[in-house]
Amino acid sequence: MTDKRSGVQRLIVPVGLVLPLIAFILVTFVIPLGSMVIQSVHDPEVAEVLPNTLNLLSEWDGTSVPSEEVFESMAQELVLSRESRTTGKVATRVNRIASGTRSVFGKTARRLERIETTELRSAMIDIDDRWKDVELWIAIREAGREYTVKHYLHAVDLERELDGGIHPVSEDQRIYNTLYLRTLFVSLAVTFFCFLIGYPIAYAIANVSDSMAKILLLIVLIPFWTSLLVRTTSWLVLLQNQGVVNDILVWLGLVNDSDRLALIHNMTGTLVAMTHVLLPFMILPLYAVMRAIPTDYMKAAASLGANPAQSFVRVYFPQSLPGISAGCLLVFILSLGYYITPALVGGTKGQLISNMIAYHIQSSLNWGLAAAISVILLTGVFICYFIFDKWVGVDKLRLS
Amino acid sequence: MDNFGWKVVRGVFVAVVVLGLCFLVLPLLVIVPLSFNAEPYFTFTEGMLRLDGEAYSLRWYRSILENPEWSKAIGNSFIIGVFATLVATVLGTLAALGLNNPRLPFRQAISALLISPMVTPVIIVAVGVFFFYSSMGLAQTHLGLILAHAMLGAPFVVITVTATLAGFDQTLMRAATSLGAGPLTAFTRIQLPLISPGVLTGALFAFIASFDEVVVVLFLGGVDQRTIPRQMWSGIREEISPTILAIATLLIVFAILLLLAVELLQRRNKLSAETSVK
Repeated sequence: MTDKRSGVQRLIVPVGLVLPLIAFILVTFVIPLGSMVIQSVHDPEVAEVLPNTLNLLSEWDGTSVPSEEVFESMAQELVLSRESRTTGKVATRVNRIASGTRSVFGKTARRLERIETTELRSAMIDIDDRWKDVELWIAIREAGREYTVKHYLHAVDLERELDGGIHPVSEDQRIYNTLYLRTLFVSLAVTFFCFLIGYPIAYAIANVSDSMAKILLLIVLIPFWTSLLVRTTSWLVLLQNQGVVNDILVWLGLVNDSDRLALIHNMTGTLVAMTHVLLPFMILPLYAVMRAIPTDYMKAAASLGANPAQSFVRVYFPQSLPGISAGCLLVFILSLGYYITPALVGGTKGQLISNMIAYHIQSSLNWGLAAAISVILLTGVFICYFIFDKWVGVDKLRLS
Repeated sequence: MDNFGWKVVRGVFVAVVVLGLCFLVLPLLVIVPLSFNAEPYFTFTEGMLRLDGEAYSLRWYRSILENPEWSKAIGNSFIIGVFATLVATVLGTLAALGLNNPRLPFRQAISALLISPMVTPVIIVAVGVFFFYSSMGLAQTHLGLILAHAMLGAPFVVITVTATLAGFDQTLMRAATSLGAGPLTAFTRIQLPLISPGVLTGALFAFIASFDEVVVVLFLGGVDQRTIPRQMWSGIREEISPTILAIATLLIVFAILLLLAVELLQRRNKLSAETSVK
């Protein structure tokens, strides 16, 4: 009976089953990521507030003070922006390009309301003589571009000079490239530590008796299931100046009471806590692979005269490689985007690029920049998956 | 190397494993006694080390009960967690059933898409969610967080149910059909009961994913959507008090209960897989 059904009908059931979740993921995940990409290049705020002025500025030569017509339009639109309370948005954005110009806009808009004159150019220059700076007008024109790569330039410590060339920002303002490198370094270090601690544990779980393996696995799974905040809190408690670790070191006489070690709010704190948090993600894929390695090969190697070290290095280790790469990929990628733990135990020296994303979302409200950094990070993650897929195959990624 | 040498190597290996396991679990165990500290310190007082009863107290547990912020946070965590789990479990189970069907076209691509929220760094997901959900008016609403958490939890359901279905004997379905059951009856009477341990495991994973999640809550949630981890976050950042340790201890107990539930379900799952093979 089923054989007579047409191909299309046979597709309806499986497609109908997956469709609701596909639609859900599209709306709740894919479109949001898309809106993030748009946010990183699209900045219409200034263009919406000063449409006419920007239109006029597009024909301006960029070397002399703009004409009366431009000033007139700017005056009109500034007064309007005061009514719609958007002056601040314009000021913030222009200020990001030409710093120190924030006050010009609010002040001028406020005073213009009370001025009755047709000579707006001289009137505005009277209010604030920065209006005759060509740089300010260039900055306004730049800020008015609806589509822009400025957030990406900013996110890699570059800036577009007013003459149009792209240069690195001055040395004291460089922050992001250091943070990418630090994030990369921390992720590699955490991955390495997790491997160093995780490999013997996974090996032990895979090679002890069943009942013992269950107990060991439980020890690995309890932290895995425990809230991230709880695990971070425990490291705060353990590592702080008056904390348990320092107390023990003092009690053992290894450290003087007066110079307790600074273990938290620095890179040490970030590395220790992140290694702890991510260790199960190394152990579980390793164990999944090791459990499937038949013991016969090791026995064969031994019977052929290999000593335990030789048979481990030549026979066992190569077979565990898929587990190693899966565990390392998981830990590495999770580290790249880690936010909570470095934010709580990292201090300023242990902050990662994700902390900068959160800062621009929550405090500086420079959402375009936050989006640009996120897109850069996401690209990095994609590249990792791509390499992993070519090298090992993503389908090898398993947790249990 | 002689026999003695290998024994030393073995001893070192065992020591490394034991140290590694201690590193994993001791930090959590230290929290538990400290949460009963009678003093507002984060280290063991002399009285505690002497096992003096006076040095221990339940004051930090009482302070959880007395603080309305914590009870609200607990309520929010469960409301958001339960609804997100429901959405994730229903959609995820249906999708896993579809993915299990060999006639589904583009299976690999679809499964990659459905899993992707799990393998994208949460900070990036949170940024996207923040922009889009805010523009939809979902910022500072429970609904926004429920949708976001359901999205983060659904991949866990898809993975566990797909794994369970791989062990499901499809001949049982044919047997049911041959005995006159319609597809729906065969599903609800035969397949669903047999895969239910896998579905429940997936649901628990989805629940814990929501229950633990804090980055999206930080970006998208308002004062009224504070969950337990969100409340802990501000507790740690603003005025760290041992109340945090009491909450942490309760969460450890809760995690162990969930873990045991999953273990139990997996045992049932194995059992039902074996019976279905027989």
